[in-house]
Amino acid sequence: MFDSDAIKDAIRSHILTEVLPGESASNLPDDMPLRTSGVLDSMATLKLVSFVEDTFGITVEAHEAGVENFDRIDDMASFIQGKREDR
Amino acid sequence: MTSPLLLDERFERAARAHGPRTAVVAGDGERRTYAELLAEAEAVAGWLAAHGIGRGDRVGLVQPKDCRAVAALLGVLRAGAAYVPIDPISPAERARTILADCEVAATIVAPDLGELAPTSCAGHRLLASDDEWHALVQRAAPPPDRAGREADDLAYLLYTSGSTGVPKGVMLSHANARSFLDWAAAAFRPSPDDRFSSHAPFHFDLSVFDLYASLGSGAELHLIDADLGKNPRALGAFVEERRLTVWYSTPSVLLVLSAFGGLERRDSGALRAVLFAGEVFPIKHLRTLTERLPRAEFHNLYGPTETNVCTAARVPLPIPAERAEAFPIGTPCAGYEACLLDAPGGAEVPAGAEGLLHVAGPGLFLGYWKRDGETEARVFEREGRRWYDTGDVAREVPGEGYVYVGRRDRMVKRRGHRVELGEVESGLYKHPRIREAAVVALADDEAGLVLRAHLVPEAGRPLSILELKTFCASVLPASMVPDRFVFEERLPRTSTDKIDYQTLRQKT
Repeated sequence: MFDSDAIKDAIRSHILTEVLPGESASNLPDDMPLRTSGVLDSMATLKLVSFVEDTFGITVEAHEAGVENFDRIDDMASFIQGKREDR
Repeated sequence: MTSPLLLDERFERAARAHGPRTAVVAGDGERRTYAELLAEAEAVAGWLAAHGIGRGDRVGLVQPKDCRAVAALLGVLRAGAAYVPIDPISPAERARTILADCEVAATIVAPDLGELAPTSCAGHRLLASDDEWHALVQRAAPPPDRAGREADDLAYLLYTSGSTGVPKGVMLSHANARSFLDWAAAAFRPSPDDRFSSHAPFHFDLSVFDLYASLGSGAELHLIDADLGKNPRALGAFVEERRLTVWYSTPSVLLVLSAFGGLERRDSGALRAVLFAGEVFPIKHLRTLTERLPRAEFHNLYGPTETNVCTAARVPLPIPAERAEAFPIGTPCAGYEACLLDAPGGAEVPAGAEGLLHVAGPGLFLGYWKRDGETEARVFEREGRRWYDTGDVAREVPGEGYVYVGRRDRMVKRRGHRVELGEVESGLYKHPRIREAAVVALADDEAGLVLRAHLVPEAGRPLSILELKTFCASVLPASMVPDRFVFEERLPRTSTDKIDYQTLRQKT
């Protein structure tokens, strides 16, 4: 029910609404670093993580919420897909 | 030679010495010599005296910026009364509130502004129409003598917007203005060869310098009315055509003049001194302006209406390309003292720490008109002097003087961090494509506090929100990165040409 593109679109739409209101989707590519560039600060990341948990029915452990999984939309999508396959 | 105690004497001394020289020139070219201006001022004083108005009275001025308005305010002073300038483009309700609040005995009103000064609150009305004015000067009653007048008499009442939105009258005396003007005369050496700009409206305290530093020294005063003041291209031409030598305004005005005034194509070589006050001058725009006016020196003046100018600093030139922080507001002017306290009327902060800037000195206002409670909340006795709590936060840097940190009411707590909104703006100004930036903090149910940046971008490619966010994160701590970005064609300004944060906050 969630393929990779659907996951990416959902994340992108959440980030645009919460963090970048007014920005267009085409300006937010999948490989853009968001944590390391400061676009997502710690508060925005916390919200994003709980959005991901609620939307995709997974649990993100504290050690999983770092830059390695939550910097780029690509990384987030792979992480979420991996989690869903492990269930 | 000591300066006269009273403002009207200051003008009169210059008028007697420079009678045939030009005193004031309006935007449309209408002009008065010193002798003519003195005669008109005395006629106004005679009219007021004939109506029993003098020392202890207030007189409203509801006029555009023209030669009659200058004669009117000098005439009110000559009569021994205090003038209350009303912003001619203010809402009628506000004008009436002010006239009623200070119980004017008379109002001098331009024919097309009568609506601002109805007879119910204006007292005796002197109509500054062509016919009436001509008749006034023709059959002038003699001005009263100055017996009984004192330097501590009220000279003018300037109404400022309180934080509550209700205007309050700042009472300033002849002695207050004199101390400032004596300092300004020593610092800027005005002479009969000077031509001063008069950009600030008369209800704004910057006008005190324009009016009396020029008209007390035999110089020419060139009036800039509200329409001209908002047209940067025309202003740039005005600087050149009038061969202005001294300019004083807010940074907001200079910023627009620098960007759109075409100064780089004009000969502004006569301009020797540019003074600014009232706001922080974004450094990149100040740098550009200094490059466009290579012969001028630049002075950063600081002081709330309540204190006149109380600290000042000359800007060292050239401004290095790498400098990003604003210049200090400098050291106290003659007769002033300043200190940094940990609370209003509190204890001194340790050396180098930030504190609330308190000021004592000869320019300190008499108080707020009929608002003793508000005066007591801001004025403190300390070691035998009266100190005013400016509401500004500063720190002291040895050798440079005071560095302005921000308004106390523009400091917010966000996620446990203290955020000064002006600092967020300074960060935004580092972006090469942001011309103007203003940041407001808004309460938010979910996030607690949201920072919203209103930006005027340079012309051309639109800025992306993502780019701005990334840029801010690279120059500001996370707690200072704005949550929302709004693009504007221009920022709203108050009637005194400062950024109007109240209007910005109310935008949805």
